[in-house]
Amino acid sequence: MKNSDQKNIILLENVDKFFGEFQALKNISLSVNKGERIVVCGPSGSGKSTLIRCINRLEEHSNGKIVVNGHELTSDVKDIDAVRREVGMVFQSFNLFPHLTVIKNLMLAPKLVRNSSKSEAYDMAMKYLERVKIPEQADKYPSQLSGGQQQRVAIARALCMNPLVMLFDEPTSALDPEMISEVLDVMTDLAQEGMTMIVVTHEMGFARSVADNMVFMDNGEIVEMNNPTEFFENPTSDRTKLFLKQILTH
Amino acid sequence: MSFDVALIIDSIPKMLMGIGLTLQLLFLSLLLGTALAIILLLMRISGRWYLSVPTMVYIYIFRGTPILVQIFIIYYGLPQLDFVRDSIFWPILREPFGCAVVALSLNTGAYVSEIFRGGVLGVDRGLTEAGAALGLSVRHRFVYITAPIAIRLSLPAYSNDVISLQKSTALASTITLLDMTGIARTIVAETYAPYEIFISLMIIYLILTWVIQRSFGWIEKRMSRHIRSEA
Repeated sequence: MKNSDQKNIILLENVDKFFGEFQALKNISLSVNKGERIVVCGPSGSGKSTLIRCINRLEEHSNGKIVVNGHELTSDVKDIDAVRREVGMVFQSFNLFPHLTVIKNLMLAPKLVRNSSKSEAYDMAMKYLERVKIPEQADKYPSQLSGGQQQRVAIARALCMNPLVMLFDEPTSALDPEMISEVLDVMTDLAQEGMTMIVVTHEMGFARSVADNMVFMDNGEIVEMNNPTEFFENPTSDRTKLFLKQILTH
Repeated sequence: MSFDVALIIDSIPKMLMGIGLTLQLLFLSLLLGTALAIILLLMRISGRWYLSVPTMVYIYIFRGTPILVQIFIIYYGLPQLDFVRDSIFWPILREPFGCAVVALSLNTGAYVSEIFRGGVLGVDRGLTEAGAALGLSVRHRFVYITAPIAIRLSLPAYSNDVISLQKSTALASTITLLDMTGIARTIVAETYAPYEIFISLMIIYLILTWVIQRSFGWIEKRMSRHIRSEA
């Protein structure tokens, strides 16, 4: 099933998500165009992570419709696989495979999922390691790298699958302050190359300079969505104003 | 009471004649038991009740009863049943060695599957999520991510179980087998010197245990290379 509107790379329509009685997402609708950068912010527990985890089916939405590059997410494994092939994800806690070296972390999925040969996978892995500026760490284990380096490896690992969309789930929240900028730099480069991105983050400086659209969530709802200039200068909702005041004044 | 040190030293070589049988019991049961443990584990975590419930019952029975009783039931009990004598397993179950291996394997399989399950549960969920996000199938995630990490996590408890199994092989002597303990009991019957003989026997078991411990220590160290940091 191909979507007629090809500009839409991600489409959410009236999506609900329940964890037992608790409703984590309430009637979320959102469409993301190719090349668009969305930054999602909001207080903790507002459903930001759940939202992006539904897009690649790490969580199963309860109601509504999610379509990624023409594939609607159903319980059919084929649809889920099709979506996951197009969507890369970076986690707050890096989630590198601890028993594999950096290069093997990068080569695993291309070999198993894309059936790349060993040398193809290796070349691709080295290319992306150079792009995140740590090719010299290829043969180390994740535990031997700093947090910032690990997160850059995680970004490279996702890029090795040539995704159409990248999801970032608070990618700098687990980092020491001095390592945040090296990760944000890589993400900014990626944005400038035209990657479609949805980023959950509290880094408002990054949001201002990179986002096409800001999404503010609270209590499982999208409260406000606007371009960064309007969003930061003239927030309309009181909840947005309060959140921005809390996060920007410290 | 007199204590004959020379007898201790003399009887060690005699008991060593049974070490081949002890090691055969150990390695065969370990191999079969571990294979069984993997099957039980996969059934237990399959998420299908008709696979997991029988597994839980099996594990409960084999962990909940003495291994000596299990050996007796298999050796003395099963041959009473006609269909056992008619089955293809009869050549194995007819021999005390086969019965001992079967009993030890079934027993250790129950324990080891629970050890492996602990290892699987210990694997950070974020890692399998990362695998899923990369598009890896459930099977690939298990083989390439969960299993290697779970094996490393299971090793200390697994080595403990191997040592325990090594000692359980002595129970084979109760069904006529002449493993090291079987030989020791024969010598005791001839010499009436239980202290000396059983102390020699302990020394041999202690040396075997030491070898097992060191081997697992080496394997653990090798498998932990990724945890060692540069500093």
